[in-house]
Amino acid sequence: MVRIRFSSALSNVTHARETTLEMGECTVKTVLDKLIEQFGPDFERRILDKGEVRRFVNLYVNGEDIRHLKGLDSPVKDADEISILPAVSGG
Amino acid sequence: MSHVIGLKCRECGAEYPAIIQNTCYECFGPLEVNYDWDYISDNISKEKIAAGPKSIWRYADLLPLESEKRIDLGAGFNTLHHADRLGAVLGLDELYILDESVNPTNSFKDRVTSVAISKAIEFDVKAVGCASTGNLAAAVGAHAAKAGLPAYIFIPATIELGKIVQMLIYGPNVIAVEGTYDDANRLASEVADSHPDWAFVNINIRPYYTEGSKTLAYETAEQLNWEVPDHVMVPMASGALLCAISRGYRELERIGLVDRADVRISGSQPHNCSPISCAVRNDCEVVPVRNFETVAHSLAIGNPADGYYAKKTILDSGGYAAMPSDTEIIEAIHLLARTEGIFTEPAGGTTVAGLKKLVESGHIQHDERVVVYVTGNGLKAQDTLLKSLQRPPVIRPTLSEFEQLITPRLDIQEQASAPLVHT
Repeated sequence: MVRIRFSSALSNVTHARETTLEMGECTVKTVLDKLIEQFGPDFERRILDKGEVRRFVNLYVNGEDIRHLKGLDSPVKDADEISILPAVSGG
Repeated sequence: MSHVIGLKCRECGAEYPAIIQNTCYECFGPLEVNYDWDYISDNISKEKIAAGPKSIWRYADLLPLESEKRIDLGAGFNTLHHADRLGAVLGLDELYILDESVNPTNSFKDRVTSVAISKAIEFDVKAVGCASTGNLAAAVGAHAAKAGLPAYIFIPATIELGKIVQMLIYGPNVIAVEGTYDDANRLASEVADSHPDWAFVNINIRPYYTEGSKTLAYETAEQLNWEVPDHVMVPMASGALLCAISRGYRELERIGLVDRADVRISGSQPHNCSPISCAVRNDCEVVPVRNFETVAHSLAIGNPADGYYAKKTILDSGGYAAMPSDTEIIEAIHLLARTEGIFTEPAGGTTVAGLKKLVESGHIQHDERVVVYVTGNGLKAQDTLLKSLQRPPVIRPTLSEFEQLITPRLDIQEQASAPLVHT
């Protein structure tokens, strides 16, 4: 079971702060495809731009930014936790 | 009637009311404060500013507060030093330093925090917080104490001891997180998102918070008799400060307080953590950095949220970016202290070292009027700086021992006190 936590900025499309998916071993891209299937094009438009993660979206697998892993090809396995957050940091 | 219309997405332009929100629900872009510029233009004047308080609140007409209740510990209204001795060493005819080390908690973060905590009170929140590399933590701790609000502060566990001591004294809840600033920031973002009645200054009320940094531009122009510099040098971590300073100059032009805003804006980051500087120098995307080690802890942000905008601001203005080494940063701290009597932390050293490098490379011209923003105090980083200094020799309290010690140094000191010339 993969656990996905959503930023409150996505609440208007996910209507929940988290969800779980039975995925087995897969990639972040596979998880996103499944979420797009579930939440529709409004969800996709907020997260992806021409198939790539938007500049101001941060995706984490167990707290690690996927930009430091293999991007959308980063591996995901059972019991992993994915967070989708806006890119906000520093000052 | 208010001078604040609401919030607006920097990417798609979607508008929102002025609430606790940092992200566009349509495109995930960052939000900024949307002002009624006609209203502001009709209600602001140089005379009104001059008669205002001796703090950032003299520019209240340009800040996003709608009530009069402010948490003002006295941030801002700092001296713009004419840095003639440092200018002579670097080969600059007209160099100024805005010294932010003298703010209430000894960094520029008091400006942004005073705005943010005052806004948090408008929102009637139950607590405040931040993610911080140290300077913001102290500022939030102090302003939260004055406001009587609990504070939750997330820091990377590895920052300077001096900064940890300073933040603890104000009594906030300090949570030291394993990993880098980016790890502490991610956790703080999730905490802020889980507590809608908590205001994390640089996270969920960030659009208001960053407005405080614009006052650095306002203050510079006011002290230059409402003229702007030709070139400014800014330290970069997230890039938000550089963008806010640029915005500040443009706003002054928009409301007619200065004649022009074509200020060239350059930035500096430590070599070992320089995602924005690399992007500027190579004209490429800002690529986040995961693992880094630098003495400039307060600039050590590997994934700078405003990096994209900072790079664009620099290149659009005709500026450039530097990335000095840790050794150059420490040397620049010594140089600034010994020429201008200003003791800065490694972030300030990064800025001065960056200035030196850009003058040497010709990106900053010797006849430009240059302003450098020195954003933090060296007393916060004593453990880092002690390694670059020799402890003083100990002698017995006799005149002969003093003379024996000092005679070999007299020639050197005479040379050092000679007037500095261009090199």
